[in-house]
Amino acid sequence: MIKSFKKNIKGILIEGLTLSSALLIIAIVVVMVTVIVIGGKDQISWEFLTSFPEDGMTKGGIFPAIYGTALLVIIMSVAAVPFGTITAIYLTEYAKENSVIAKTIRFAVRTLAVIPSIIYGLFGLGFFIKFVGTQMDNTFLGGQLKWGQPNILWASLTMALLTLPVVIVSVEEALKTVPKDLRAASLALGATKWQTIWKVVIPGSISGIMTGTILAVSRGAGEVAPILFTGVAYYVATLPSSLSDQFMVLGYHIYVMTTQSANVDKTMPIQFGTTLVLLALTFILNISAIVLRYRIRKKKTN
Amino acid sequence: MTREKIHTENMFLYYGSKLALNDISIQIPEKKVTAFIGPSGCGKSTFLRSLNRMNDLIDGVKIEGNIFIDDINIYDNNIDVVTLRKKVGMVFQKSNPFAKSIYENVAYGPRINGVKEKKQLDEIVETALRNAAIWEEVKDRLGDSAMGLSGGQQQRLCIARTLAVNPEIVLMDEPASALDPLSTSKIEELIVQLKEKYTIVIVTHNMQQAARISDLTAFFYLGELIEFDKTKKIFTNPDKKQTEDYITGRFG
Repeated sequence: MIKSFKKNIKGILIEGLTLSSALLIIAIVVVMVTVIVIGGKDQISWEFLTSFPEDGMTKGGIFPAIYGTALLVIIMSVAAVPFGTITAIYLTEYAKENSVIAKTIRFAVRTLAVIPSIIYGLFGLGFFIKFVGTQMDNTFLGGQLKWGQPNILWASLTMALLTLPVVIVSVEEALKTVPKDLRAASLALGATKWQTIWKVVIPGSISGIMTGTILAVSRGAGEVAPILFTGVAYYVATLPSSLSDQFMVLGYHIYVMTTQSANVDKTMPIQFGTTLVLLALTFILNISAIVLRYRIRKKKTN
Repeated sequence: MTREKIHTENMFLYYGSKLALNDISIQIPEKKVTAFIGPSGCGKSTFLRSLNRMNDLIDGVKIEGNIFIDDINIYDNNIDVVTLRKKVGMVFQKSNPFAKSIYENVAYGPRINGVKEKKQLDEIVETALRNAAIWEEVKDRLGDSAMGLSGGQQQRLCIARTLAVNPEIVLMDEPASALDPLSTSKIEELIVQLKEKYTIVIVTHNMQQAARISDLTAFFYLGELIEFDKTKKIFTNPDKKQTEDYITGRFG
């Protein structure tokens, strides 16, 4: 009798402990989101979203940071999505499941996924700027400095490398949801392998490819470290108009406002506002990815 | 006896090191229905898939011996598999329409063959759907998704899709095994009609089906072709005891 009572207490304690750590997670999210929403909501206005910073970034809006973030993720997607999709197509459609080459590619993709983002930044600086950029300047511009310095192209390409594993893995997953029967049907009709991929496999997995793209964009929109040395600027008075221009980004703008600003207290509302915008952006992107993924799963079970 | 369409000579097939088809020699006549029967794992489907080289897609499959279609060895190095598969169409066990409209499913084959003109495609699609005895049921909703059709309709659509490529031979791998009796009888009627224009080779588990629709029947057992003859003879007076045991239900 007593023993089972003790056991009972122990059971309740363990359940309580696991439950409270789970609740703690919820609490952290709620507190974080609430603080940001309360602190930032009054700051959000059409003007804040569409105007330039003023008075040494203590007033005004964050339009250049929003614009820069959008441009960054667009250029990044243009590079990462086709490259990642093609790799995923190779892995699922061409490579033999357990071949050395497939295993090596998968190992490389997993490695890319775990490399700390600051290392991507250093790689971008060393490879894109110091190597590729400088070579371009020496070859085409007679040594005049244009590409051998940070800009939005190098930053986007560095970010593309970071998001590549996300794209590859989600596209691979999407391609695998297309039943083998459909590939067989297409081939049996006299389609070539490429026709089968282009007309049956890719249309059948387009929502998965979209999911991969959105996840990559959402990852890229929030990261700062990879672009730190490769193109982001503290402040630029004009929007980037060429691939060789520097640019502003939401994530870095928050960092600048909180650590480099002349008057941190005075810029507090702007910090909150910017944080809220960035948070909303990543939330929206992630939710659309989840919705798309849900639709794929539903299609798969049908 | 009509002209021979397919024949194999001493054909062997291995999955890795496992012998799956042992010394198959057979002559299949043109514009007849030929049924392959035998217990599961006897090699009948494997043999069927060798006839349009769908086994090429499976790793580790090795084929020895010769398979001729119209006296051309289809395993010759200079054979274009894509052209072969246009000539030798295939209908699968599980209906597998593309997640496209009814029209686009049937138009898929002609389109990859380069037919672009709308009017020509319309004609091909209608003819194929009529030949597959499904035109009347779908003519008013060609733009609807093929996924909304019943299982039996989907299978007839898949047959129409195969016919749209204008093959000479249609291979069918248990095309009615997943269907209800009514849909099955529709498919069976259709197969009998199709032999006017096409050479049909069908794998079936259902011996009554083989007896009803086929002109010739081949009995496979453990990777060997035990007996091949007119269907009537196989089902009434087979030469081999194994065949008789199987068709009378004593094993398998």
